[in-house]
Order: sequence, then structure tokens, then C-alpha cells
Amino acid sequence: MRIPLSWAREYAPIGDEAADPAEVARRLTAAGLEVESAEQVGHDVRGVVVAEVLEIEELTEHKKPIRFCRLTAGETDPGGEPAAVICGAANFSVGDRVPLALPGAELPGGVRIGAKQAYGRMSAGMICSAAELAIGDDHAGILVLPTDAPLGADFAEYAGLRDVVLDIAVTPDRGYALSVRGVARELASAYGMSFTDPAGTDITDDAPGSGAQDVYPASIADPTACDRFVLREVRGLDPAARTPLWMRVRLARSGTRCVSLAVDITNYLMLELGQPLHAFDRAKLNGPIVVRRAQPGEKLETLDHVVRTLDPDDILITDSSGPISMAGTMGGISTEIDEDSADLVIEAAHFSAEGTARMGRRHKLSSDASYRFERGVDRELPLRASAKAVSMLASFGGASVLPGCTHASVEVEPVMITLPVSYPDEVAGVIYGRDTVVRRLRETGCEVWQTAPASAEGRAPADGKHLRHEHGRHDRSVAALVVGPPSWRPDLTDPSDLAEEVIRLEGYANIPMRMPRATAGHGLTGRQRMRRTVGRALAGSGYVEVLSSPFGPAADAEALQLPPEDLRRVAVVVANPLSEDEPLLRTTLLPGLLRVLARNIGRGFADVALFEMGLVFHPRPGSDGVAPILGVDRAPTVEELGMLHAALPDQPRRVAAVLSGNRELAGWWGSQGRPASWADAVQAASEVCRACRVPVEVRAAQQAPWHPGRCAAIFVQAGEGREWLAGHAGELHPRVVRAFGLPDRACAMEVDLSVIETATDLVGPVSPPLLSGYPVATQDVALSVPAAVPAARVQEALTAGVSAVGAGELLEDIALFDLYTGEQTGEGRKSLAYTLRFRAPDRTLTVEETSSLRDAAVAEAARQVDAVPRGG
Amino acid sequence: MSAGSTQYDPVEVAVLSPDEVARARDAALAAIAAASDLDELKAARLAHFGDRAPLTLANAEIGALPPAARAEAGKRVGAARGQVRRAIEERETALEAERDERILTAETVDVTLPADRVPRGARHPDTLVSDRLTDVFVAMGYEVAEGPEVEAEWYNFDALNFPPDHPARAMQDTLFVAGPDGGEGSGMVLRTHTSPVQIRAMLTRQLPLYVVSPGKCFRTDELDATHSPVFHQIEGLAVDEGLTMADLRGAVQAFVDAMFGEGLRTRFRPDFFPFTEPSADVSMECHVCRGGSARPGGDPCRVCKSQGWIEIAGCGMVNPRVLVACGIDPDRYSGFAFGLGIERTLMIAHGVTDIRDTIEGDVRFSAAFGMEI
Repeated sequence: MRIPLSWAREYAPIGDEAADPAEVARRLTAAGLEVESAEQVGHDVRGVVVAEVLEIEELTEHKKPIRFCRLTAGETDPGGEPAAVICGAANFSVGDRVPLALPGAELPGGVRIGAKQAYGRMSAGMICSAAELAIGDDHAGILVLPTDAPLGADFAEYAGLRDVVLDIAVTPDRGYALSVRGVARELASAYGMSFTDPAGTDITDDAPGSGAQDVYPASIADPTACDRFVLREVRGLDPAARTPLWMRVRLARSGTRCVSLAVDITNYLMLELGQPLHAFDRAKLNGPIVVRRAQPGEKLETLDHVVRTLDPDDILITDSSGPISMAGTMGGISTEIDEDSADLVIEAAHFSAEGTARMGRRHKLSSDASYRFERGVDRELPLRASAKAVSMLASFGGASVLPGCTHASVEVEPVMITLPVSYPDEVAGVIYGRDTVVRRLRETGCEVWQTAPASAEGRAPADGKHLRHEHGRHDRSVAALVVGPPSWRPDLTDPSDLAEEVIRLEGYANIPMRMPRATAGHGLTGRQRMRRTVGRALAGSGYVEVLSSPFGPAADAEALQLPPEDLRRVAVVVANPLSEDEPLLRTTLLPGLLRVLARNIGRGFADVALFEMGLVFHPRPGSDGVAPILGVDRAPTVEELGMLHAALPDQPRRVAAVLSGNRELAGWWGSQGRPASWADAVQAASEVCRACRVPVEVRAAQQAPWHPGRCAAIFVQAGEGREWLAGHAGELHPRVVRAFGLPDRACAMEVDLSVIETATDLVGPVSPPLLSGYPVATQDVALSVPAAVPAARVQEALTAGVSAVGAGELLEDIALFDLYTGEQTGEGRKSLAYTLRFRAPDRTLTVEETSSLRDAAVAEAARQVDAVPRGG
Repeated sequence: MSAGSTQYDPVEVAVLSPDEVARARDAALAAIAAASDLDELKAARLAHFGDRAPLTLANAEIGALPPAARAEAGKRVGAARGQVRRAIEERETALEAERDERILTAETVDVTLPADRVPRGARHPDTLVSDRLTDVFVAMGYEVAEGPEVEAEWYNFDALNFPPDHPARAMQDTLFVAGPDGGEGSGMVLRTHTSPVQIRAMLTRQLPLYVVSPGKCFRTDELDATHSPVFHQIEGLAVDEGLTMADLRGAVQAFVDAMFGEGLRTRFRPDFFPFTEPSADVSMECHVCRGGSARPGGDPCRVCKSQGWIEIAGCGMVNPRVLVACGIDPDRYSGFAFGLGIERTLMIAHGVTDIRDTIEGDVRFSAAFGMEI
């Protein structure tokens, strides 16, 4: 909301010294109207004077008509001679008064005017258009001034160009501040000055149904759509009448285009009062006006030349021809005023805020009028604003006003709020006292009735039966005020709203500070700590955490080679996605992460390891995909919350990592680098599980998007023999690698942290091992096994062999130290070499003992996996 | 074997004479001093201190002396042997040090060679800031509450006192989950703020309640240097008996003290959020110029644009309507809430100028922040 400060000062008479722009901005902002800028304007116009055109010589030898003019600025003529100026516009005549920029003048945008040769003549100055003076966008014509403009006067002063323009960010609860009236009220309050209401109160012909029969008839068919509708009429508007200069300047300063006198007056009054107005061409209306909802199939071409199909919830102004305007939003083409319109019907109404908001959203249509209606317009304004409008049309446009008005109105119960006197104190932590509370509320325009304790209800105004349910009354026997908010503050409905008014006007700066006493919290939960540990563990292992986009295209399912029945194909759909190509929420972290990987490689980073932790989204099976909107007048029941839960997607937390290039870098240590492999991905997955202290089991698996021969399923053990699939790791399928534009052999892992965390909960706390001080005894075994036997199976068998002879606790560790495939292993076989570490808690093991344990292990491996000891 | 006193043999005893002992000692000391490495010293030790060395043999003959002479001879030989032993030890220490120095010098490497064989990892600065802010509040006794990112509209808006057709809803440009007809009528949204977690906390936790909720949020903002459709917030919520705006000011100040250091003032100005009443935006004195840039003659400050203050958060007293929707008696309890943007905090505290860096995933960005912020 942009307004010139001078306009507000007309109603809040703060002195010149007090009107320092920075101080005004500070005070208004402290009162809740955030001044984003307070800009000095008009100081860039110098040396422009009011001059009269004495002579016009038409120069016809040029491609376009050019005028050579003589003008006088009276006594200020330089050298006492009339100025001679070339001008390309033709909208003025001899005798007109115009703004003349004399040589040496300055115009907005740093333009300097000098005397120069043009079209074969010496031109000493420039006759200015509104655009050149930054008070309009009319470049074509000269700004012709009223005949009473004082000759020789400084134009900037005469037109009131020098001003401060406030740009105020008005929060959506403060519709009243979208007007000079509202800002001036706050300004007066902030400076402790008296406020003059520009809306005035001297309207007499406002009884519903009153007025002359002649005024255009109207009625409200749907009282939920509109509770006040006023029409007034003027006849015989002079189509040539111009908008007065002062109004043009104010409109321009407020960022509003000048259109025509009638439109400018409606815009001017909307800016001044906050009441949107609409002017119909009476000659284009057919039959009585009715405010109603749309009927199915109705259409309206609005002023923006869009033919809109109306919704039965839309609020319309109609006549017997059908819809003529979308209420409070935009008028229709068919009844639009034009340059010949002489008889006007002026509409001022109070439409439903919710109704206009819904209509605007439905049609993706917002106007200055609907912006105000959505935020709440003063219900008492239509009569006054329309009266002002017709009176201005009469003054400036020579129109005659039809007496009276058409006034359709619906009874509305006034809001009354009971406010315990001490409630603002309790909210702020400050003692304000009754007098301050009452004074501040009255400043905002509230009516305040003071009541004695225990008889608040009895002293309420006549319609006290409408007292609203109160929140925040800690003691109902304390003295209470009964407060009637003003008609322009529909946002004041609760005691807390009134408390805010008192507190903000008294100043947030005056609220004391009470430092917190620490409460007895429990710190982070185990899961929250675990997540941090996982993040640190992966970062410590060389993975860089990134945040990839959670949105993706449907084509990701193909790019990942997901089979038709894969659950990751079933995604949550965004109705209004950021990009039409990416309407799906991710079901796996991998595609987003792979795109980030490709981006990094594209930026010249060949050796990249990334990870991400985040939620993925799976529609809940069996849900109808609709979450009900519950009431807010009480807490929901368990069943109601269950309905919400049942509708929401399942949102497990995952962690994923991707790798490409070298895992260990090439360098002076003589290595060409070690390329990242499936094993690194498996290690990363295991690391996540270990960070969460759950035992891991790795098995071969075939799962998209991984290479079918290089994919590990990661299982976690959740105690008591439970074992859950947590995710997969390995090398990506070559087709996936190609689809995402990655170098060959890129690797990835993705595990479900929600599964792992649940397993952690079940595993229970760590129990420490018994630390034996006796020496360790190692035994190495080399086994030949069929090539297809997984190493994990061989190790399991060896372990089982030791356990089978009752010595499981003696086997401290078992580690694969060599893997060999070649001629010596024989066709279809491979050789695995393990070190078994034995240690007893209570004695030194003998070589005989450990040898026999080794033999038991080997025997079991021979039995289970066809292992043959090699090389003795 | 030493001989018994009865086998007294005057000839043999010559080795015990003072001259002989002194000669043997001097020979030993000379050999030790002459040893130029540990091997030569070993040979000298064998020759002069070994089983067959003169002093060793002399020592063995002491028993052959008459009892009256034994003490003096023993003292003499013992002193000589002691001198030799000390000389060996000293020489050994010196030679070992010499050898060590020689070997270790030869083993010198260039320790400035690059040592990182595995590329360095890092956590995302959003995570780091989020954890850091969380820790500040956890230290103040708050617990961390969480909620889903796809959220029911009721939690995201209605329960937070956003009436269905209020422009405040439209202010938060919302991504809607498609309903069965593909439209926006699913009653589910991508949460536009972390505030729905407040509702979840109030519905499920015991009072009094002190929680902080960090998390990811979504809006249909166009991506530019200061706006991202995916961003992070952290919010605090306290519901207790007798809480006032003075407590809110104290909590906010405590947070600023912990995050930006002591001594920066905070300022409240009126603002509007449907779920708090009264509402305020919070500014703190600029942590870089400490307000100096806004004073007459102050140097310009890039961080606060010479305003002296930086907007850091929104806050307010929990609207009693929100308490009612959560089944909390507003006559007994009051609450306050505050929220701030993680990315905005990162931008303020670390001078990040383009929010897009936080979501593009360029490894250079995260790597610059490392493991702790």
C-alpha cells in the first residue's frame, strides 16, 4: 500500500517537524504497519513553471506535426521575454496554461533541460507531459492545467509534488489499513494527535429502502453473499471533464493509473476510505439489479476481456440480462463506462470476505477491490463513500446528483467482547491498568463499556445476549470491560485481539524480559541421536551430505528399471507441482541423488561420494486419499485423528549414498587410485547399521536399480531371531547408469532408517564383552569351495563348526584375508583364506586345542558348502 | 671358581696388585672410549668386562687372599669395575643416540605431501545449523518434536487458526497433494511451515510443554537467490501456566545470546500470524556492526544493509483458539511460539548469499562447512 504522507496528514495533523520520514516510518512500524520505505518524491522537479501559451506556429515540413510555441510565465520570464519552445504534442491551444520547463530545469530521472536547436528553431525549454513530471504515464499529450493556475508559479509547489510516499506492508488481518483513512488513524494514534475521519458522518438519506424512486433499483437475493448494497446515480456527466490535478498527483503517488474522471474518483475514494466502488453506465443496464450467486452455466466477460464460466458459489451483480459484474472483484464489459457515458450508477457494497476470497481463488483473479474485500471492508462505508463519489462527480464532472439512494441491507449482529480488565496485563507481563486499557481501545475506535465486578452481563449493552464465548479469562469474577469493536475492524473478535491492540499501542518495546528458567527436558531421543551419528559416520567416511529435490518425473520409474509391480512406482502426486514435469513425490532417494551426482560430475568433480537423509513418500494402501478437515472448536477425538493418520502417506526416513570415480584417490603414494566399487556401497550401508548398533547380515539379491549380479540385500537383526530387510547396496545396473548420464560402474546404497531405528529399539542396550587377559591363538585355513557359494555362507559354516563342539565363545573373531580364483583352484571353484582368532577367558589355549577347533570348523564347512582344505 | 683361602697362592695374586688393577682398568677405559660404534663397544665389553676379562678374573681371586688383605683388594677391584661399567653405559648411551640420529635422519620424509587419500566428507550446513539451533533449545530444557512433511490441511492450517478462505492461507503458497480427482481437494498439503508439529505436540504431550521442531517445509515460491520452494524451519513452542510476552522475550534473548554471543539486543515489532496473538517479528542487533552502521557517521555494513538490525524470527503468544483446537484450557494455560528459517540463519550467520547453493548439491558447498559449524 503506497500513500503520500501529505494525504494522511490531512486527517492526522502532525506537524512538519514531526513528519520526518524516518520517524514516521519508525512509529508506524512500531504500531504494526510495517513501513517498507518512506521515499522523498518531487524534489527532482526544479525550474518548471506555470506558463500560458501565447502563440502556436504549426511547422508542417516535418514527418510529424510539430509546433513552435511562444509562452509566457509572466514576471518570471527569463529576460522578460516570452519563451520560444518546440513541442511535438497538439492537445493544447492558445490561452491554455501548461507546465513549462525553463532552460536549466531538472525533471525526474535526472533529465536536464537546456536551450537547443530543434526542427530548425531555437527551443528554449520544454512543455511537459504528465509522464515527464512522473505523475502519470501519459506521454502523448501535454499536461494542460486549470485556467486558474497562477502564472509563473513554481509547478512542483503548485501541484504539491514534493511529498513523502510511504510504502506499507499491510498484514492480512488489517484490511482497514489499506486506506489513507486507516493509516491516518494509526498515525494520529502514534503521535497522540486527534484524528479526523475522512468518511465523515453527515449522511442523512441512509435508511434502507429510503430515497427517491428514481434511483436505480436493487435487492440482495443471498444475504450470505452481501449484507449491504447501495446505489446512487448521477446524470449528465460532462464526458470532457478532466480529473483535477491534485487528484491525479495523489493517484500517481499511490501507484494508480489515471483513466477517466469517473474511474479516477472511484479509485481515489477506494484509496482514501478503503471502500471499493464500481460505476455502471446506466444506459447499458437492463432491469433491476439483484445480488445473487451464479446459476450453473452462466458466463461473464470481465473488464480484462476474459470470458469466465461462473461457479454456483460465485457472487454476482446481475440485471435482467444476467451477470454484469463479479461482486467486489471485477466488472463486466457489457456495462462498462466509456468516454460517452453521461448517466452513471455508482455501486458501493459490503460483500462476504470469504465469498470474494473463494471466487478470486477459483478464477485466479485478484483486483484492488477483491484484495480489500478479502481482508475486510468497513460495513458502514458504502453509504458514505457513494455519497462522496456522487458529490465529486457533481463537483468535477458537472453531473447532477439524483437525490437519495437505493439501500439494500441485511441485519447483522454487532460483535461484543467481554474483556477482563487485567487480561492485556496477563498476556504482556506488564501492568497497564484499567485507564490505559480503556483509552487505547477507544483510540482504535472501539466502544468500551466499563462494568462492575460480578455484574458484567447486567451492564452490557442492550444486545448483551450476543456476548461471545470468551477465552483467556483466568478469573471470571474480575472486573471486565464490554467492548464493541468498530465497524472497520472485523478482525477484532477475541479478547486476545483486544489485548494485542493495547499492547502494540503501548509499545512492544515496553514489554520487560523475563529470562527462562530451565525446564526438565529429556534431551534428544535415542532415534534423534542415532540420526546424527549416522550423518557423522558417513561424513567421516568421506561422503558429502547434500539435499536433493524431493520431486521427480514419472519417468524415474523407467530410468530406475523398476518392475511393473514395484511399490516405488506408486507415488504421492502433487496437484499443483512446481514443474509440470515433476509432479511426483519421491519414493526413493536415489533418483534425486543420482541427478546431483551427475551435476557434480558435470562440474568437473570426478571422484564424488554423496549421501542424503530424508523422508520418502508412499501412499497408504487402502486409503481413499482424502484427509477430512476437522473442527477447531475442541480437540479432535482419537478416531478423528486416526482418520487423518490413515489418509496421510507412509513417510519413512531413508538414508542413501551414491559413489562414482575413485574412492581412494590417485596420488604420490604410487597408486592410480582405487575405483569406488559395490563393496564401498555395501560398507556404507553396513556403517549406517553399525552406527545404529544393530547387527548386519549381507546377502546376494536382485533388486532394481542395481546390477543383478552385484547387489546386496542388507538385513538387520532385531533381537530374538528377528531379521528385517533394511535396504540394498551395490553397483548400479548399467542401464540405470546410462539413464542418469553417469560414468560406468557408479554405485549406490539406500537403507530405511525407520526400520533400522526400530531394530535398534529392540536390540536393547549394549552389554560389554568380558575382556580376557590370556593370549590369543590364531589359526589360518584356506578352503576351496564351489565358486557360487557366498563368502558369508563359508564364514557361517566355519563359525557353526566351532560352536558345534561347544567352543563358540572361544572364537573371538574370524576374518577373510584372501580370495583367489585361478587355475590352481580348479574349474568352478574358488579359494578363500581365513584367520580364526581364539582366546579363552580363563586360560592359555594350547596349540592342540586350537588345532582341533580349526579342524571342527573346516569339517563343518566341508559338510555345509563342500569346502576342501587347501595346502595343508 | 674362586679358590678357598686355604689355597693361597702368592704368585697368582699378582693380578690384584694396585698397579695391575689400574692397568687393566685403564686399558678397559681406553678401549671403551675408542669404540666408534655399538659393535666395537660390544667387543670392548667382552674383552674388558666379560667372563674372561682381567678385572673379572682378578675379582675371582680376591677369595685367595689372606682375610686381612681381602677387604682392601675387594674395594680396589670393585671401584675399577664400577668405573668400567659406568664408562660402558655412558658410551653405549652416546653411541645409541648417535646411531638413532643417523638412522632417523636417513628416514626423513616430506611430511608436506598431501595426506588425504580418501576425499573428505561433510555434513550439509542446513543440518549443522539445524543441529546447532536444536542444541541451544535442548540446553534450555526443550525436547525435539517431529512431524510428517506431507501433512493434513487440518494440522497445517485449520488447527492453527487459518480460516479456510482467509488471505493468510493464500500468503503461504501451498503445494497440495492431489485428491482422487487430481485436484487440490485431498485435505493434504506439503507442510508450508513446521507449525503443524506444534499441534501434534499439544495433542500428544503432557503439559507443561517445551518443544522445538526443526524440519523441511515447502512452498510454491519461485527459486531465486533468497527463495527456495524447499527450505527448513525451526520452531519453539512453550505452553505452561502464567507464560507472558515477557517470557517470550526472555526465551528469544536467551537463544540469540547462545547462537550469536552475549550482548546483542533484540527488538519486537507487531506482525501477524494466525496462530499467535499478539504476534511479533524479532530483530536482533547486527552481530557484525553491532548497530554501528546505523549510527551517524558509522561505516556501512553489508550484513544488515546498515540498518543496525537484522530480522531473524517471527513469534507471538499462542492464540487461545489454537489451544482450544488442541483441547487445552486457555483459561489455565498460555503459551508462546517462535520460528525461524534455517537457511536464513545460515545466510545471516555465515554470509551465504544465494539460497540455491543449499539445494543444488554442489559438493564444494557442503565441503566448505565440514563437520561442525
